[in-house]
Formats: sequence, structure tokens, C-alpha cells
Amino acid sequence: MTTAFIGKSVRRTEDPRLITGKGTYVDDVKLLGMLHMALVRSPHAHARIKKINVSRASKAPGVVAIFTGADLQGQLGSLPVGWVLKQADTHTKYDMKAPPHPPLAFEKVRYVGDAVAAVVANDPYLAADAAALVDVDYELLGVVTDGEKATKRDAPQLHTEAPDNTCFEWDVHGGDYEGAAKKAQVVVKQKFINQRLIPNAMETRGVVADYNTGTNQITIWTSTQIPHLVRLLFAAVTGHPEQSVRVIAPEVGGAFGSKLYLYAEEIITGMIAKNLARPVKWVEGRQENYLATTHGRDHITYGEICGDKDGTITGLKVTTYANLGAYLSTFAPGIPTVLFGLMLSGVYKYPNVSCKVYGTFTNTTPVDAYRGAGRPEATYLVERMVDAFARELARDPVAVRRKNFLPPFKNGRAVATGVLYDSGNYRAPVDKALEMFDYKAFRKEQREARGSGKLLGVGFSTYIEICGMAPSAVAASLGAGAGLWESSTVRVHPTGKVTVFTGTSPHGQGHETTLAQVAGEHLGIPMESIEVMHGDTDRQQFGTGTFGSRSITVGGTALVMSLKKVKDKMRKIAAHQMGVPAKNVIFEDGKFYVEDIREKSMDFGTVVGEAYNAKNLPPGMEPGLEATSFFDPKNFTWPFGCHIAIVEIDEDTGQTRLKRYVAVDDIGNVINPMIVDGMVHGGIAQGVGQALQEGAVYGENGQLVTGSMLDYAVPTAEDVPSYETARTVTPSPVNPLGVKGAGEAGTIAASPAVMNAAIDALAHLGIRHLDMPLRSETVWRAINGAKAAKKAARSATATAARSGRKARR
Amino acid sequence: MAKIPISFKVNGEQQEMLVEPDWTLLETLRDRMRLTGTKEGCSNGNCGACTVMIDGRTACSCLVLAGEADGREVITVEGLADHGHLTALQDAFIKEGGLQCGFCTPGFLISATALLKRNPDPSEQEIRLNVAGNLCRCTGYDKIVRSIQDAAQKMGTRAAN
Repeated sequence: MTTAFIGKSVRRTEDPRLITGKGTYVDDVKLLGMLHMALVRSPHAHARIKKINVSRASKAPGVVAIFTGADLQGQLGSLPVGWVLKQADTHTKYDMKAPPHPPLAFEKVRYVGDAVAAVVANDPYLAADAAALVDVDYELLGVVTDGEKATKRDAPQLHTEAPDNTCFEWDVHGGDYEGAAKKAQVVVKQKFINQRLIPNAMETRGVVADYNTGTNQITIWTSTQIPHLVRLLFAAVTGHPEQSVRVIAPEVGGAFGSKLYLYAEEIITGMIAKNLARPVKWVEGRQENYLATTHGRDHITYGEICGDKDGTITGLKVTTYANLGAYLSTFAPGIPTVLFGLMLSGVYKYPNVSCKVYGTFTNTTPVDAYRGAGRPEATYLVERMVDAFARELARDPVAVRRKNFLPPFKNGRAVATGVLYDSGNYRAPVDKALEMFDYKAFRKEQREARGSGKLLGVGFSTYIEICGMAPSAVAASLGAGAGLWESSTVRVHPTGKVTVFTGTSPHGQGHETTLAQVAGEHLGIPMESIEVMHGDTDRQQFGTGTFGSRSITVGGTALVMSLKKVKDKMRKIAAHQMGVPAKNVIFEDGKFYVEDIREKSMDFGTVVGEAYNAKNLPPGMEPGLEATSFFDPKNFTWPFGCHIAIVEIDEDTGQTRLKRYVAVDDIGNVINPMIVDGMVHGGIAQGVGQALQEGAVYGENGQLVTGSMLDYAVPTAEDVPSYETARTVTPSPVNPLGVKGAGEAGTIAASPAVMNAAIDALAHLGIRHLDMPLRSETVWRAINGAKAAKKAARSATATAARSGRKARR
Repeated sequence: MAKIPISFKVNGEQQEMLVEPDWTLLETLRDRMRLTGTKEGCSNGNCGACTVMIDGRTACSCLVLAGEADGREVITVEGLADHGHLTALQDAFIKEGGLQCGFCTPGFLISATALLKRNPDPSEQEIRLNVAGNLCRCTGYDKIVRSIQDAAQKMGTRAAN
């Protein structure tokens, strides 16, 4: 099929404004008379608030108002949770505990960064200075930061509603793991720590709120992925009528899941603007971002894999403690359950899966979705354990994977965790990746390098993920509190120009381009004639937003539906005016032709004009040309692929360097390869970052030790290599575009690939396991420990041999 | 605190103004001159989003006081394109997909512009070293490096002709 735009790397329509510094992000919004807000945040991880004294602060220069949690208590409800695990769902043991989450804490603070008061002043510096003068009298309480230790009886308790700091117990049982393990010839067990990560969107969060006393309208500019959900939840929490709240997501400088919630600051800023009838701005500082914006991952897992000596895997068992932080963020309960436990089948046939997850509260920043959200954690376990299983059998990791792959399928395949994959061909990306990477030659190079102090290793990750969130009824049965469909409106203007409105809300993914490609393809008009609007609740009726690689699968399909409606109407108008039945009119190259009589045609612009001047429309047809659609998918989409990492470890220093990275992804059909490549690259860098250097570290007292980008070690251009990417194409049957979603694949695949490579490099020393991140010290200790153990074993053998000889004498 | 008078050139235009002694160059550009293209990502010199050129050398404008800019010449992202004509580097970023969310992009453009002035034909390693002070979380850096290589090649070709 020849296409005008779909499948082409057209230049992004967003870029001319972004490349010249003309993008408007929240911090670039400046309103007349705007005040600035600073938050007083708890320096303690767990404490009772005995008294807040604002008298010093309120006398500070420039201060306009100060609000404490108690001041706003009557105006604000608790921050809501949008994913509720209920006993009624077969996976959940009891209704999850959802303790109150006040936007400003007023009895207790539960993590360093918990906000207790808001100071509003004429300028941001004066606000910050005055915030430092708010005197809070705290009574310190015991602290727990570890998600597993939190469940122990003697651990400090965060919420009276959640005994043993346990929010929920959730499980999946497919087949019979215990039975399989009993019969298995090999069982491998391993504990894994999937460390806590900080998303690090380059733009921190920020909110500007304005209130119009005449119309009772609150307008909120916020750096978010979900403007419509922010509006809905803002109305629910504050009682301000939804129709009088407008939420605008302007340019959003990255998010990666961290801007997918209703945050306290959105409510506080909005309500203070209303209280003062003045515009108020709050922009998060970076250190504040590290404390107040959600974190990701933080799992402690006990894993087990079993199977036979011929390499057949028969089962997988997982017990995970998922650290949820101090409070439930909007989607927190859904991430380590549905998006984690249900993904433990991987791309494999094994019929027995057992998974138990404890969601726990600790004195840390709340944890929620971070790029991949649950799937990276699942993939990390599955792919590392498959490798551990192969190593135990001294079999090749690729051969073991191939042996256990599900066979190809085009339209639905159920797996042990109970979910239904859409389409898959798991060998194809492996074959392609091995065309790009000479595996045999590498093994030779690896052996030869061993004497030189450079340890080489290769790691594979044949991942699968769940995208296209989501079929609403299925998601609801698993706990989702909102429908997850998507909407679009296509408005064809009288001049033939087109505005596309989408409920998705991009933050770097280039939707303005991708959706214009789809619209241009369908309408046969140049992309320059199309403008894509998003991120404003006053422009689009409702939308779910952008997350879970859903925008093109769900939002793109909603767009295709509206485009079809518009074309159908145009076809009817053209048929009426050309005097033929509508079924005889075809649309090609921007013209409506009478089938078989190609000379008779009406061009796009003429038909649009007819729709608006309405002189001669078919009987009963309404004038104008606009269509709105809502799409709720029948299933999720399930991208997959094969990533290969090659690492080099310095035997003397433990320094681990990623030498090469090959990624073959199957995300179904591709609209814009350049955009997809870019998202895959960025995802890989985040996964590699987790494997090699990133990690949020808390001290015993609950202080975030990695409090800056430097300490946390966000990867730089020097830390990552160039990526070699390719694709196989297995279209999804669940949407007309055949797309699967591309936003998270890299992150999901990369960490296990890199870690498997590192273990591959070190296995000959007897090292079987390391946890992320592979900082030099970790690897150095492992190498030296393994060498010392070998030496001790050798001398023990020698001693035994000597004493044996002595005994024989 | 008494305001101090400064006189400096910003994107080719001479500016005279009174600044507070504690204003950073970043907030002076963003809040007083409405040059909001330069971004604040961390305010402690870790991320490089606020990178500007001062007398041809790159600096994090969040770590420079406005008073220090007195008598100097500052170039921001708004000063790169010439009357709407994008530079070869800006064009290369668009062509190669060197940006996604765009927040770090102004800083990268300034760092790369300074690099190419100093070294018109940098190796991949030199490029990576020279933009290591700019963090990007979207692109994984590959396409940024390629954009800079592409621009270097175009500028080299143009110079040779």
C-alpha cells in the first residue's frame, strides 16, 4: 500500500516552536498580579505535628497569606485514589486499605517532603524565605523505609487504617506452581531488588491558577499528562463545579508517568487562587521534585523458576513486597498488581505461575507509575530468571528462550496469568537481532578477552508489555476507577482546513505530528492544513490522557473513527450533488469520484464548502462538518521484542560500561519511524540508567540521600552508547491502525538485558547474581569476593588433598 | 539592597537595566526580559537546561548573577536563528529528531553551537563529552549526537564551497 504520510519519518510540527525557544511551559505563564507560592515541607520522615506557628512568617516582607492544613481542612477532601483493589475481584484478598491523604498534612507527616503549609508572597524568593520562618513543632516518630521490613510486627505504623503497614495482598495463580515445582528436575531461587527510581522529567511540576470572581471560573495551567482527569478529580476534592474548572496542560517537559496524577499542589494552588481571588503560581524546585513528585519501582522480590533438564520451563513463582511510599498516589495500587503480576507469563509457554504481592506503606515519597510501570519490574524478573535457569543447566540463554516461546499467533492467545495477548511472533525479533549481532563471533571474542582484564558479557531480553490502556470494563474489573477510552473530534473548517482535537495529552511524544499524519492520510490533504489540539479541557469534551503507550492505539483509533464519519458525510454530499448513490462514490487523492466514471468528481474543498453553505444537501442532512468519536478498545495491545546488551567490565576496578546495544521491537504498524526510534532510544537510556547507575537511596532516618540529579546519577551523553534499532511488524488485531504502542518498550527491555550481560561477563568467576545498579564498587566487591572464595576453595581442596595423602601414608 | 546598573548585549541588542544584586542571569532573562526560551531545570548547575553563551563560552545562567553579565555579550536560544532562518544546527535537530519534549533543547543548542564554533569537526566522543553537562531524559542522546554531527557536516560542506 502506498501512503502519503503513514510510515514516513516526517518532520515534527512541534519542533519549529520548540527549537527557537517559543514553547510555553507552565513556568513561562505569567499573569498580571500573579502571586507566588512556596510550600513548607516536613524535614522529618515521620512525626506528629504538635503546633504550627506562622507569626514570624506572616510578618516577613512580601507575604500575602499563609495557609496550613487546618485552615483548608474544611475546603478540601482527601486526595483520591483512582485504582481500588476490592475483595470482589478474584486477585485481591481483602478490600485494600486507603488511608486519608490530606493535600496539606495536619495531624502527622509521613515522609520528608510532606507539605504542611503554603506561603503566598509577591515574589518566589520572598515566599521561600517566609516559608523557612514557619515554625512547626514536631514530635518525632519511628521511621521505616524498607517495603518488606514495614510489614514486620515491630515496625513503626504509618496509618491506623492499615495494620502492619499493609495496603493490600494481591495474587495470581495460573496452573499449579507447587505441583510443577515438585515434579521439576531443576528449581532455581533468587532474591531480587528492583531499586527505587526517580523519574526526572527535565521540567519539574508547576501550577498556575487563576480565579475569575465574575464567572466563578478557576483556570489551572499544570504540567500534567491528564488534564481532564485533573479537572474531574479537582472538582471531586474541592466541590468546585466541574464545568467551572478549566485545566490546561501547556507544553509539558517530559513526565514518564510522574505527571499522571492529581497532586496536592494542583488543589492547593487552585483553592488559594480562589480564596485570594488572585492568580497564584507554584513551580517545583528540583530538590523539591525529588521529594514531592512520585517515584517508581522499589520492589523486593523472592523469585523461583522450575523446569526440566532439557530446558523446558514449567513454572514461575514470585513473592513481592511493593513499596507504595507514605500515601497512595492516584494509580499506585494498579502498578505492582495488574501491570506487574499479570505480566509474569512473559513470552513463554510455562503453564504455572504463582504471584503474591504485598503493597506496603513506608516513610518515603509515594511510588506510582514510572515509564513502563509494573512491566519493567515483571520483565526484569522473568528475563533474569530465565537466564538463571539456563545458566543452572549450562544451556545457551537464547536456545532456552526459543524452546519456551509461545508459537506465533495472529488473533488472541491466553497465557497462564489469565490475560489474552493480541498477536505475537516472538522468534522473529530474535532472528533479526541475531542478524545484527554476531553471537558466535562474540563468544570467541569473550573467551579471548578474559586474560586481558576486560570481561565481556552479552545479555538478552525477550520482553513483552501491555499497552493501549485500556478496555474500560476489563480495567474496571481489575480496580480502575475511571473509564480508559479515548475521544477525538475532527472539525473541518469552511476553508477546508482541519482541526483535530484529541483527549490524549502529549509531553514529548509528538502527537501533533503523528495524529496529523493519520488525519492527512485519511483526508488526502497536506499536513500543513491540519492542526492538532490537545491538553485543554475547554477544547476537547473529555479525554483520558497520555500514559501506558495508549495515545496512538486508543486515541489514534478514536481519530480514525471521526475521520471516517467526516468522510462518510462528505461522500453523501458529493453523491447527492453528482446524482449517484453514495455507495458509488469513492474518495481518492483528495477527490470524491464516481466509481468507474473517473471524470466526474468533486474535490475535498468543494464538498466542504457545500457542507457549510448548505444550499444543496441531501434531504434531512444537518449542515456543517464535524465529528466526535469515543473509542473503547476490546483488548490491550502487547508489543514485544528482543534486546541485546553487550557490556565490558574492568576486572580490576569493577567499572561496567555498555559497549553496544541492539534493539529489535515489534510494536505493530508504525506511523512515524523517526519518532518511534526516538522513544525507543530514550526508553533504553532509562533502563540502562537503572541497571548501571540510577537509584534513590534513603537513610535509616528517612532522609533522601540521593537528593540531587548529580547524586542520583541521571545518565549523561557520556554514559550511554549509540543504539542499533530495527523492527519486526506483527500488526495488532484490536485496532484499525494495527498499532501496539511504543513509549515504554526500551525501558522495559533494557534493565534485564544489561544485567544479564553483566552476569554473563562474571559467571566464570562463580558470580550468579547482582542487584542493580551496577556501580563500580558493587561489581568490584563481587569480583573480589568471588576470587577470594575460589582461592579459599582451592586451598581447602589442597589441604584436604594433603591430609588425604597423609592419611593414606 | 541597592539595585545595580548593568549594561550588556543580549542576542545582539544592547541592554541597560537596574538589577537586584541577588538576581541570577537566568531570572533576569526569563522574568525581566521575557526571554523564556532558556529553561530552569534544577537551579544548581546539574542539568544544563539554562545554558547560555557569555562572550562565546557556555555557562549555566542559574549560577551566574545578573551583575556578572555587565559589559558582556549573552546569547540565548532566541538569538540563534537569524530573522526566522534556523541555523544548520537547529535544522539538524528537527531533521534528525534531536528533541522530544523540548525542555532541555535550548541548553543543548547553546552547548553544541559553542562546540561547533570551537571545533567544527568534532568526533562522536568529543560531542558526547561537550554535551555531558546537559541532561536529557527523552532522547537517550543518540539523536542529539547525530543532529550535531549532521550540522557539523553541513557547516563543513558550506565552508568548503
